[in-house]
Amino acid sequence: MTGNLKENSLHVGVLVILAALFFVVSDYHDGNLARIMVLAVYAVGYNLLFGYSGLLSLGHALFFAAGMYGLGLSMNLLGFAALPALLVGIVFSAGVSAIVGFLALRTSGVAFMIVTLMFAQAGFLTALHFGEYTRGDEGFVIQQASRMIAGIDLSAHANRYFAAFGFFALSYVAVAILVRSPFGRCLVAIRENEERARMLGYDVWMHKYLAVIASGTISGLSGAAYALLFGYAGATFASVQYSILPLLWVLLGGAGTTIGPLIGTAFAFYLIDLASEITTAHLLVVGLTIVLLTLFAPQGISGELRRRGLKWLP
Amino acid sequence: MNLLETRCLSRSFGGLKAVDNVDFAVPEGQVRALIGPNGAGKSTFVAAVCGRIRAESGSVHFDGKDISRLPAHRRIEMGMAYTFQITSVFANLTAHENVALGVRRIARLGRRDIDQKVMEVLDRVGLAERSDQSAGDLSYGHQRLLEIAMGLGQMPKLFIMDEPTQGLAEGEIEEFKHLIRQLAGDTTILLIEHNMNVVMETAEQITVLNSGCVLAEGTPEEVRANSDVQAAYLGTG
Ligand SMILES: Nc1ncnc2c1ncn2[C@@H]1O[C@H](COP(=O)(O)OP(=O)(O)O)[C@@H](O)[C@H]1O
Ligand SMILES: [Mg+2]
Repeated sequence: MTGNLKENSLHVGVLVILAALFFVVSDYHDGNLARIMVLAVYAVGYNLLFGYSGLLSLGHALFFAAGMYGLGLSMNLLGFAALPALLVGIVFSAGVSAIVGFLALRTSGVAFMIVTLMFAQAGFLTALHFGEYTRGDEGFVIQQASRMIAGIDLSAHANRYFAAFGFFALSYVAVAILVRSPFGRCLVAIRENEERARMLGYDVWMHKYLAVIASGTISGLSGAAYALLFGYAGATFASVQYSILPLLWVLLGGAGTTIGPLIGTAFAFYLIDLASEITTAHLLVVGLTIVLLTLFAPQGISGELRRRGLKWLP
Repeated sequence: MNLLETRCLSRSFGGLKAVDNVDFAVPEGQVRALIGPNGAGKSTFVAAVCGRIRAESGSVHFDGKDISRLPAHRRIEMGMAYTFQITSVFANLTAHENVALGVRRIARLGRRDIDQKVMEVLDRVGLAERSDQSAGDLSYGHQRLLEIAMGLGQMPKLFIMDEPTQGLAEGEIEEFKHLIRQLAGDTTILLIEHNMNVVMETAEQITVLNSGCVLAEGTPEEVRANSDVQAAYLGTG
């Protein structure tokens, strides 16, 4: 019970701090934070599958891009308003993850990584192939005038920040509740010992399948939110790099912790930001930091905190 | 009525017939021991019963239904529980959570009721005060007891245990016998056991398996008196 209280306080605390930061830090950092929060939604989705269910996907960019293009194309080509377009993005990514999950879950381990990677590559190539509509790598802009929900201009500084905050809060709280539910506990059990979970009477395949769909849909929400708030969709977001990034963020922040994805995303963002101010070889600095972290804090930042006394950290 | 029945159940590994045409039946409520020398096919047999491994031929009937084609989790859902011969707990989860996973599946209870049930079960195997420890930090004997608790938490109709007393201390074995006697009547138990003392004191019926085939079956007295069994198994003990 007390553990629960601590968990809830942490979650509320994190959200209060994020909301308050807007009024504290400079406009420059507000802009960064909005981007971090939207990308952290992606990490939260990835973490559900990787951190909690133990399934390592190398193809999540497909789900992110499905959300992004679902929103972007339905706005630009079909003239949808922002809100229905957001729904299209979410539903499209849910559908794509349902199909990919169904096929990829015939495999496990390394094969699962490769199959998801292949699907994402196929998605990436598809985006390039239909360059007429997607404008390929170059991408396309979603006009500021159409990025409105209920009369609120989501491209405006404060609105964008709090919309990003809203998306993050939604996914963060949803996953925090999910992993505490019997369903989430079973995912952890599957991660820890699949055979045992099966012999406790759990339908392991179905649990994994639902986890893929939930994870893919949250990733798609992130992609759609990104396009909506920053007004751009491009094939780079479907590339392999964007499948690796959420893995990186989750590893840095702490896989299988609720707070890890946010910490990891923010950490990686500012690491790159700072490193590129100091040196042109900023990727070297990033790489080095990752090596150091995996050597000295293999559980990620919040995993390390958990190990050093904060055992209750969810 | 028989709770569990197998007909001509077979499974081989390569050329080796680990389970060879086994006809087997356990009436509801009985404590049945399954004994036999190492490699007799006991573990393979029960694994095929609960669906952990696939049988090649033959059928399994449980609670009046043919479950031969059901996947393991569906069989467990129907009211079987299974403990592994090689300890298989969730090492990184607490003892409490290990048991709670089983309890939650069978009962859509509130958090508090689940807690209560879990503690009750842990108490029964003497692990109540270790409920917050990681299962992996428990001693080997305690992990064996935790396995049993995980089964108990599911309140199964049929409780299959594969060498549960292996690695338990004397006192713990006494406790175990006590536990089986408590369960007897309510729960049908299929017990693979090497400790003859445990078998003789708890089992109502014994089935002896040898080279994948049923060698003998009967009450403890009958089995003890059976000369084939003595030759194949008891004599060598
Ligand atoms: N997965 C397996 N692969 C190959 N052979 C196996 C496998 N499992 C069991 N066996 C063989 O099947 C026979 C029966 O094994 P088992 O059922 O474990 O016997 P018991 O539990 O009675 O000691 C043994 O000869 C064993 O070596
Ligand atoms: Mg065995």
